[in-house]
Amino acid sequence: MAILTKEEAKKIIDKVLSYAKADETAVSLSGGRTGNIRYARNSVSTSGESNNLALAVTSVFGKRSGTATINEFDDASLEKTVRRAEEIAKLAPENPEYMPMLGPQTYLNTNPYSENTAKIDPEYRAKAAFDSLDPCRKKNLTAAGYLEDTTGFSALGNSKGLVAYNRATSVDFTITVRTADGLGSGYAIRDVTDVSKLNTKEATEIAMQKALASVTAKALEPGKYTVILEPAASVDLLQNMMGSMDGRNADEGRSFLSKKGGGTRLGEKLFDERVTIYSDPTNPDIPTSAFGGGGGGRFGGGADGRPQEKITWVDKGVVKNMYYSRFWAAKKGVPATPPPAAFIMAGGNQSLLDLIKSTEKGILVTRLWYIRAVDPQTLLYTGLTRDGTFYIENGQIKFPVKNFRFNESPVIMLNNLEAMGKPVRIGGNLIPPLKIRDFTFSSLSDAV
Amino acid sequence: MNRRNFINLSGLGVGGLLVGSIPVMGHAVSPDRLLEPGVDTAIKKQLADVALNAAKSRGATYADVRIGRYLQQFLFTREKQVQNISNAESYGVGIRVIANGTWGFSATSDVTPDGIAKCAATAVAIAKANAKIQTEPVVLAPQKGVGEVSWKTPLTKNAFQMPVKDKIDLLLRTNNAALENGAGFVTSNLFMINEQKYFASTDGSYIDQDVHRIWPTFTVTAVDRAAGKFKTRDALSSPMGMGYEYLDGLASEKIPGPNGLVGYRNSYDMVEDAALAAKQAKEKLTAKTVSAGKYDLVLDPNHLGLTIHESVGHPTELDRVLGYEANYAGTSFATLDKWKTKSFKYGSELVNIVADKKQPYTLGTVGYDDEGVPAKEWDLIKNGVLVNYQAIRDQVAILGGTESNGCCYADNWDSVQFQRMPNVSLKPGTEKRSVLDMIKGVDKGIYIIGRGSYSIDQQRYNFQFGGQLFYEIKNGEVVGMLDDVAYQANTQEFWNSCAQLCDKDDYRTFGSFFDGKGQPSQISAVSHGSPTTRFNGVNVINTGRKI
Repeated sequence: MAILTKEEAKKIIDKVLSYAKADETAVSLSGGRTGNIRYARNSVSTSGESNNLALAVTSVFGKRSGTATINEFDDASLEKTVRRAEEIAKLAPENPEYMPMLGPQTYLNTNPYSENTAKIDPEYRAKAAFDSLDPCRKKNLTAAGYLEDTTGFSALGNSKGLVAYNRATSVDFTITVRTADGLGSGYAIRDVTDVSKLNTKEATEIAMQKALASVTAKALEPGKYTVILEPAASVDLLQNMMGSMDGRNADEGRSFLSKKGGGTRLGEKLFDERVTIYSDPTNPDIPTSAFGGGGGGRFGGGADGRPQEKITWVDKGVVKNMYYSRFWAAKKGVPATPPPAAFIMAGGNQSLLDLIKSTEKGILVTRLWYIRAVDPQTLLYTGLTRDGTFYIENGQIKFPVKNFRFNESPVIMLNNLEAMGKPVRIGGNLIPPLKIRDFTFSSLSDAV
Repeated sequence: MNRRNFINLSGLGVGGLLVGSIPVMGHAVSPDRLLEPGVDTAIKKQLADVALNAAKSRGATYADVRIGRYLQQFLFTREKQVQNISNAESYGVGIRVIANGTWGFSATSDVTPDGIAKCAATAVAIAKANAKIQTEPVVLAPQKGVGEVSWKTPLTKNAFQMPVKDKIDLLLRTNNAALENGAGFVTSNLFMINEQKYFASTDGSYIDQDVHRIWPTFTVTAVDRAAGKFKTRDALSSPMGMGYEYLDGLASEKIPGPNGLVGYRNSYDMVEDAALAAKQAKEKLTAKTVSAGKYDLVLDPNHLGLTIHESVGHPTELDRVLGYEANYAGTSFATLDKWKTKSFKYGSELVNIVADKKQPYTLGTVGYDDEGVPAKEWDLIKNGVLVNYQAIRDQVAILGGTESNGCCYADNWDSVQFQRMPNVSLKPGTEKRSVLDMIKGVDKGIYIIGRGSYSIDQQRYNFQFGGQLFYEIKNGEVVGMLDDVAYQANTQEFWNSCAQLCDKDDYRTFGSFFDGKGQPSQISAVSHGSPTTRFNGVNVINTGRKI
C-alpha cells in the first residue's frame, strides 16, 4: 500500500533534506491508489487499478531552481535525486519572480479521508457497476457510466522547517442512460469522500427517469428564458468564474475584474446581493487539504505549502478577495491568498422541487456541456444543455424540450438571480440549484 | 497523486486547451536524460515474449504488450523571463489481453521479467473477473503478424538534441518581437514529445517505433487600460509531426495573404508571426463590432482544421457512433442507418474528406498503430456522401468489415489503447484558385483565420466557432477588421453550404496537440489538412456583452 503515515513520510523527507547542499531544498512526497470501472452499451468496457508513490526534490541556488523526481526509496537513489535536482538548478535560467521558501506553517485540522473508500476493491467496483447496469438492462435502457476512486496522501517538507501532510479519498461517479430508440437521455453525477454515502443504483434511477421523460422533446424558440439550473448545470460556469479571480491578471488589465481606467473591481458590487461565495477546507460536506490547492485539489500538493483558510470571495454580491502568487502579493503588499481547492455558494432552504413549484414559466436544465470561453473580458461562455431539459409551466414540468445552445456570462447570470435552493455537493464544491431569469439561449440543437 | 500531473501557470495562453493546464506524464528528469538511448530492441523483444507467454499460459486467447518510453520537454515563458522548463520521462509496460471473450488491461513500471509476468497475470485476472458481467464477447479483426519491423518520424533536426538555451532564446526573441510591436503581455511555449514505443502481439508482430511531435505557440495580449479593454491573438502555427526543422521559417513555405497576413505550410517563422500578432491584437481593440446575420465565410486552413476536427473527425469515430462514449464525449448524428443508405449527404459534392495515418509532417502519422495495424488512408466522405468511419480491430466487424483502419492509440504505456482520430483532412479543389481569387467572388462575407472559441453538442449537430482574426469582405474586397464574431451552424447544413475550394498550393495542416477523450481521459495529437474554403450563408452572431 502506497499510503504512508505522516511519520513515515517525514522520515523519508528528513533523510532527503539531510543530503541537500543547495541554498534551499523542498521535498514533496505523494502516493496512493486509483481504480476505475467504465461501462457502455450495458457492458463493462474497461477497468483497472494503479498504485503510485513518487518523490520530487526541488533545489534552489539563488534564483535558479531545478526539480528531479524518483520512485525508488533506497538511500542511494534518494541522494542521487538530490544531486540531480541540484545539477538541474545550476543549469536553469534565473527566475526573477522566485520567492524564498516558506518556513513552518500552522494548518487547519481537516479530514478529507475515509477508511471506507480506502478499502474499495475490484469486487466493489464490479458490484457498483452491476447495481447501475442491472436496472437499465431490465427496463430496456442503455447505460454508460464511470466510477473512479482514489486514496492518496501528500506530504511536503523543506530546509526552512515547513512540514505538511494530508491524506484524502474521493469517489466520482457519472451515469448516462439512453432509451433504446436514442430519443431520450438522462444523466446523474455524484462525488463523495466516503464511499458509504454513494448509491450508484439511486443515481442511476434518476438518470433513467430523465431518459424516459425526455423522449418526444418539443422545439421551443431560442431566446431569453427563466431557467432552473441544477447544480450539475451551473458548476462549470461558476468554477470557471472562480478560476478567473487571479489578482495579477486583474491588476494587469486582462480580467473580468479589471477596472476601466486602471485598477481592479475589488470591493465593487458585481452580483445580486444574495450571492455569497466562500471556501472553507474544514467544511464537513466537502473537506479539502489544509494546504495546496490550485492544482493540488482535494489532495493538496503541487503547491508551495501555503495554508488554506476560510476565505470569502464574494460577500453579498461584493467582490471581497482575489487570489495571488506569492511574488505578486509581495509586490502589491497584499496577503498571498492561494486559490481555493473548492468553493461553497451559499443558498437557501428550498428543494429543487420547491423552485419548480414557484416557477410560472421556465426551463429546467439538468446539465450544461462543452462549455468554452467566448470572451475572457466579459466571461461570456457558450455550451449546450444535455441529458434532460424540460419546460415548466405553472409550477409543473409540462414536457421535454430540445436542447439549446447558450451564450451567457456567469456574471450576468448571478445578477439575474431569482431564487436559490439548498446547496448540494458537486465536483467537490457546494452549489445550490439556481433560478435565473433572462438566461440566453441562442440556438436549437437536434442532439439527444 | 493524480495519474497525470498538470502544470498550471498564470496567464498561460495555449489556445483553450484543457482550460489552462498542461498534462505532464512521467518523472522530471534532466534534459540530458532525454538524449540517452532507451533499452536495446533485442532486450525489449525478450521482455515482450515474457508478457505474451505469461498471458497465454494463464488462458489469454490474444495478448499484446507495449513497452513504452515517453519523453516530453515543455518550455514556458512570459515577456522577458522563463516561467518553467519541464523535462519528463515515463517508462513502463502495458499489457492487454482477451480472456473468456473479455478485455483485461494492466500496466507496470517494473520493467523486469518478474514484474512483466505479474502484470500479465493481473491483466488476465481482470479480464476473467469482468467476463462474469459481460454480455458481448470481443470480436477481433484478424491482423497478420508483421514480424520484426521499425519506423521513425522522418526529421532532420531532433528537437531534443537542440540546446535548451537555443529554444529559450527563440521564445524570448518571439516575446520581444511582440513587445516591440505594441503587445502589453506575451506568453510563448514550446512543446516537444518523443514516443519510443515497442509493440508485440500474439499475432507475431514486433514493432519498434520512434515518433516525434512539436508545437511552438504563443498568446499576445494588447490592453487599453483607459477603455478597460483587452484583446489577444494566438500564434498561427500548427503542431506538427516534425523535428526542430519546423522552426526554420523557410520563405518557400510561406503563403502570402491579404492585409499582410502570412500562412505557414511546413515551416514556421515564430518571430515574424509574433510581430504581426502584436499589431493585429492592437487593431482588434478598435475593430468594428460585427452586425449579426448571414454571411459567406472564407475559412483559412488554420481555422477550418478545428471545424473539421469537431464536425467530421469526432462524429465519424465508430466508438462514439456505437455508444461507447455516451457518458462522456457523447454519441454521433452520423448513425449506421444513415451510412447504410450509401446516399447520406454529409456535404456538398465538393466535400471529399479522407482519414489517414500516413501524410508527411502530420501528428497522426506512424508506421503502425498501437495494436499492430499498418498505417493506411481511407475515405470518410466522398463527393459529399458519408462512406466510412474510423474503426479499430474490435469494432470493424460491426461494419461488416474484416480489416481495421489502423487508428488505435494509447497516450502512455499505462493507458489502455482505444480508437483515436487519425488525421482527417479536406481534399483541395482541382481548379486553380488562390485566396484572393476566392475573396473576389464574395459580396458580403467574413474571412476568418486561426483557432478560437469552439463548442459542439454531444451528437455533433450544432456548433459555434470563433477565430483569431476576422476580416469583413464587401464586394470582393477585404475592407477591415471585425470583432465579436462567432458563427453557428448545423453540421450537415454547414458542409452542404461548402461552395468553393482553393487548390493544392493553398493546402496546409492545422493540428490539435492535446485532444481529450475517454475515461480516464487520454490525450492524442491529430492533424487536419485543408485549403481555404468558402461556405455560403452561414449564421454569424455578435458575442459582445457588457458586465
